[in-house]
Amino acid sequence: MGGLRDLYQEVILEHSKVPRNYREIAGADHKAEGFNPLCGDRFTVYLHLDGETIRDISFQGSGCAISKASASMMTQTLKGKTRDEAEKLFGKFHDLVTGQGHPSESEMGKLAVFSGVSEFPARVKCATLAWHTLQAALEGQQDAVSTE
Amino acid sequence: MAVAKFPDFAQPEVHDYNVERVRADFPILHQKVHGHPLVYLDNAATTQKPRQVIDAITHYYEHDNANIHRGVHTLSQRATDEYEHARRTAQEFLGAEDCREIIFVRSTTEAINLVAQTYGRQNLKPGDEVLITAMEHHSDIVPWQMICEEKQAKLRVAPINEAGELILEDFERLLTSKTKLVAIAHLSNALGTVNPVRRFVEMAHAKNIPVMVDGAQAVARLPVNVRELDCDFYAFSGHKIYGPTGIGVLYGKLALLEAMPPYQGGGDMISSVAFERTVYNKVPHKFEAGTPDISGPIGLKAALDYVTRLGIENIERHENELLEYATKRVSALPGIRLIGTAKNKAGVLSFVMEGVHPHDIGTILDQEGIAIRTGHHCAQPVMERYGIPATARASFGLYNTREEIDALVSGIKKVQEVFG
Ligand SMILES: Cc1ncc(COP(=O)(O)O)c(C=O)c1O
Repeated sequence: MGGLRDLYQEVILEHSKVPRNYREIAGADHKAEGFNPLCGDRFTVYLHLDGETIRDISFQGSGCAISKASASMMTQTLKGKTRDEAEKLFGKFHDLVTGQGHPSESEMGKLAVFSGVSEFPARVKCATLAWHTLQAALEGQQDAVSTE
Repeated sequence: MAVAKFPDFAQPEVHDYNVERVRADFPILHQKVHGHPLVYLDNAATTQKPRQVIDAITHYYEHDNANIHRGVHTLSQRATDEYEHARRTAQEFLGAEDCREIIFVRSTTEAINLVAQTYGRQNLKPGDEVLITAMEHHSDIVPWQMICEEKQAKLRVAPINEAGELILEDFERLLTSKTKLVAIAHLSNALGTVNPVRRFVEMAHAKNIPVMVDGAQAVARLPVNVRELDCDFYAFSGHKIYGPTGIGVLYGKLALLEAMPPYQGGGDMISSVAFERTVYNKVPHKFEAGTPDISGPIGLKAALDYVTRLGIENIERHENELLEYATKRVSALPGIRLIGTAKNKAGVLSFVMEGVHPHDIGTILDQEGIAIRTGHHCAQPVMERYGIPATARASFGLYNTREEIDALVSGIKKVQEVFG
């Protein structure tokens, strides 16, 4: 059960059950929808930017424990960060969940709990769905992003 | 007077189906996944192949490989004979009257596209309708959508009830003078519902409407006889009946096939070609353009022979016992809701678990060596109908055992432990 415990860490389970920032931002200036056609996960990410800084960020939708916890913790982590910082963190997060590069705990902060995902290649898409959606929202893409 | 003593008949041996012997034929089953014996319960997605199928394909490539229908040399003759022999095997398997009614295609998907693009293109006019059902697989929805859009025809959908059964009265009401074709699944891959195809065909034929049956899930689980069903087209895929991928069968009534235009152009589907005019070959070759997958029908033949030797009735009985046992055990677990509770079901157990996404169930079971499918099963409208994004689905095959169902149940309990 070692691998499973690494994947489904308490923090992740807790966030999946009680997701943070799980709401719509009325009048969000950036918003995008992300979809994983393989398992039907679907999220909307809402953003309120102040210049380059993310003033508010939230999400809504449905998905598995990994994708939901990832979305929840992403919104927690990114509030107050700049666009640039968000992009960089996504790069590191991607490295973390795919088992490349091994970013340090200090770089990842709370997101380090997702390191267990790297043992489950089929779940990388779940962990990154919210981040891809965020990217689309920042880039102002109109179409829903898909992990396929 | 001595009391007449009735001979002490033992319970008649209804089936001497020996699942352990069957399992020995499937090399892939004898492995460990994440340290546990593989429990393969994803048979509705694809089935594993017995040694007999693998050997038939290997033998073909080692001894008989050549192109078919076009050589005078010995190997070409052998390859052609084997390919055509496979057609007769498929004909017998489906109970078709004539081997020209058997067209080799890539899969169920291609069979449905073929009918949509030939029969559909020829017969649909603006305002006409094609009737499908709410439980169809995407491959029995999208090809019809495409041709309907092209022909400005309408796609109609017969609804299902909460159990996942078609509602006969609604189906009948939707059969109108505008309906030009009906397409229905024999067995639903998402719900496990077995549809009373014979009755639907009767209702449609009473209004002169032809019926195409998607038999992808049915052929490996139920006896199928196209003449008894009286359906006009029947499609299935080799890989779902213990045969190889890349080969499928389209059955069509001869008169219909003869009246249909070709599907693709190329070699083999012609009898003469000139730049001014090409004369098409006769059925079935008219629908088999180019060099086909030759090893496919050969592998499929081995699979159909295998199933026939075991007896489809025995397989049906074995799987029904498994399904009944699994239904009883899984539904007794807390927080489980079965999706698809039709009276007549086969092979498929779809469920959702309170508070746990199917994808997480799938990952945890995989760690126990148990392979199930999680997701929408290419039937998004079905998920929509039940207001769920996905289900977890265990689907059974002729080699599954009760012990494997016990493993599934323990696996589900583990999921509940992890998610507390
Ligand atoms: C009911 C049903 N129809 C059609 C298909 C499509 O089969 P294939 O992908 O082999 O063409 C499937 C496969 O999942 C199915 O279950």
